[in-house]
Amino acid sequence: MSVLVYIETSNSKIRKVSYELAYYGVQAGKTLDMGCVGIVVGDCEDLDKLTSCGLSKVVKIASNSNGDNGTIADAIAEVAKNHSASLLVFGHSSIGKSLMPRVAFQLNAGSVTGINSLPSIDSGQFQVSKGVFSGKAIATYEISTPIKVVTLMGNSLKPSLVDESELVIEEAAVSIADGSVTIKETKKEEGTVPLPEAELVVSAGRGMKGPENWGIIEELATVLGATTACSRPVADIGWRPHHEHVGQTGVAIRPNLYIAAGISGAIQHLAGVNNSKTIVVINKDPEAPFFKAADYGICADLFDVVPRLTESLKKFKAS
Amino acid sequence: MKILVCVSKTPETTAKIAFKNNDSEFSEDGVQYIMNPYDEWYALVRALELVEEQGGEVVLAHVGPATNDSIIRKGLAVGAHRAVRIDADPSSSEFVANQIANHAQGENYDMIICGKETIDYNGAVVGGFIGAQLGVPYFSFVSELTSTAGTHTVTRDIEGGVEVSEVSGNIVLSAAKGLAEQRIPKMKDIMMSKRKQIEVISPADFHTTAKVVKYELPSAKGGVKMIDAENMDELVRMLHEEAKVI
Repeated sequence: MSVLVYIETSNSKIRKVSYELAYYGVQAGKTLDMGCVGIVVGDCEDLDKLTSCGLSKVVKIASNSNGDNGTIADAIAEVAKNHSASLLVFGHSSIGKSLMPRVAFQLNAGSVTGINSLPSIDSGQFQVSKGVFSGKAIATYEISTPIKVVTLMGNSLKPSLVDESELVIEEAAVSIADGSVTIKETKKEEGTVPLPEAELVVSAGRGMKGPENWGIIEELATVLGATTACSRPVADIGWRPHHEHVGQTGVAIRPNLYIAAGISGAIQHLAGVNNSKTIVVINKDPEAPFFKAADYGICADLFDVVPRLTESLKKFKAS
Repeated sequence: MKILVCVSKTPETTAKIAFKNNDSEFSEDGVQYIMNPYDEWYALVRALELVEEQGGEVVLAHVGPATNDSIIRKGLAVGAHRAVRIDADPSSSEFVANQIANHAQGENYDMIICGKETIDYNGAVVGGFIGAQLGVPYFSFVSELTSTAGTHTVTRDIEGGVEVSEVSGNIVLSAAKGLAEQRIPKMKDIMMSKRKQIEVISPADFHTTAKVVKYELPSAKGGVKMIDAENMDELVRMLHEEAKVI
């Protein structure tokens, strides 16, 4: 019996989310009294770093470079069978969401997606929790099948790291069959942390008055090392790209710090961001509903406040 | 082209979320329902556009009781040709996917489209399970889709960018923002929709594998600390020392 964790990579390096996944797998293994094994598809140069999360073994499936998620999922399901996996953990990410259903289907496994807690055993039943109603509530799920599959929401737990040690890498006995899907192209914005993984987010809304004014938001984000986001109206009228839209019908995020400038805080927006650990709201309207959901509020003109905050942060970073 | 669009019923986006029976059930008191926005705005409209270009029909699939017919009628008013309702309580994502896949088996849909997730349980797996059961390629979070003579170019959202794939044959996909623009039905369309067919079929047996046992509301914030606009050094200090986020 084991916990199997899918390690995400990008350009032959582990993605940041993989630390959290490895840590989750190891900790879940302690609760369930079983070992944790990583599973990686294709070459990865820095797998050793995952030993800092307590992971000691990774099974590697050779990539066949055509990138059909269906046949990759089939290979993962085979490895899971070979390792008698009783819990499989994926990230709640584009790759995790693509692979997970087919893996779960092949293994007749019950599943819960977007979980935010380690498993607990209540009267012999396996339980995990997740945010539902786009973050407006939390639900505890029970999975009753022998094999369980979950996807873990980013920033759900903070790994406490140990010293790196030796990692055992085992070549999987399975290979990936050729699929019918061919990846033609991958276009990525380099240099920024994708929103679902970002720990620091600076977001702005209609209070910005126009797309030409976003410079102050981008500067604040740069100084902070944060990712930029926006409210729905702003994405809908084309001031900002769709992928920046956070909220109930956009991306749901749970960063450590969410700074919202010129966003009133409609319930649909709050649904996607209220799991942020700390929320700072800048709005000149004292009646803005967002203040009720905030930890820190500044009731003033954002065109005045944002540059001041950027200056203060520069001073702080320099000290 | 024959396209199946899966539509769900969800509480509308401003609905107050509350629970009953010792926090084991969602309370429907005073809750207004809508068609899941991703299903209506993106999945359905892109399906209609493809059929308008190339001919064929758009069929809606819904798992739910007869009281949900108003949701299905909305989809028919937006433009779907007919609908199939599987007469059962949509108890879990796996259950819904299994029922829809059972229906789709033998119907040979060129394409099955779901919204990227529902805004209530945020599962994002129904399309994936349908694809797995039918043995058909599945693409999540598709924001662009073109289709010519059975070959599809699929652009899906990935972290920080997009991935463009090519595939031939039947596919299943989930629709994200950008795939299409919402259509508002006209009065004439709403009247017409009443004459369209909703075929009701009985559910197949399915053993539930995961269920909610308890709900809770997130703990309330401790109250906002207002900070003077002149004093951003103080905010930075608090973010560092008190909140410990920078």
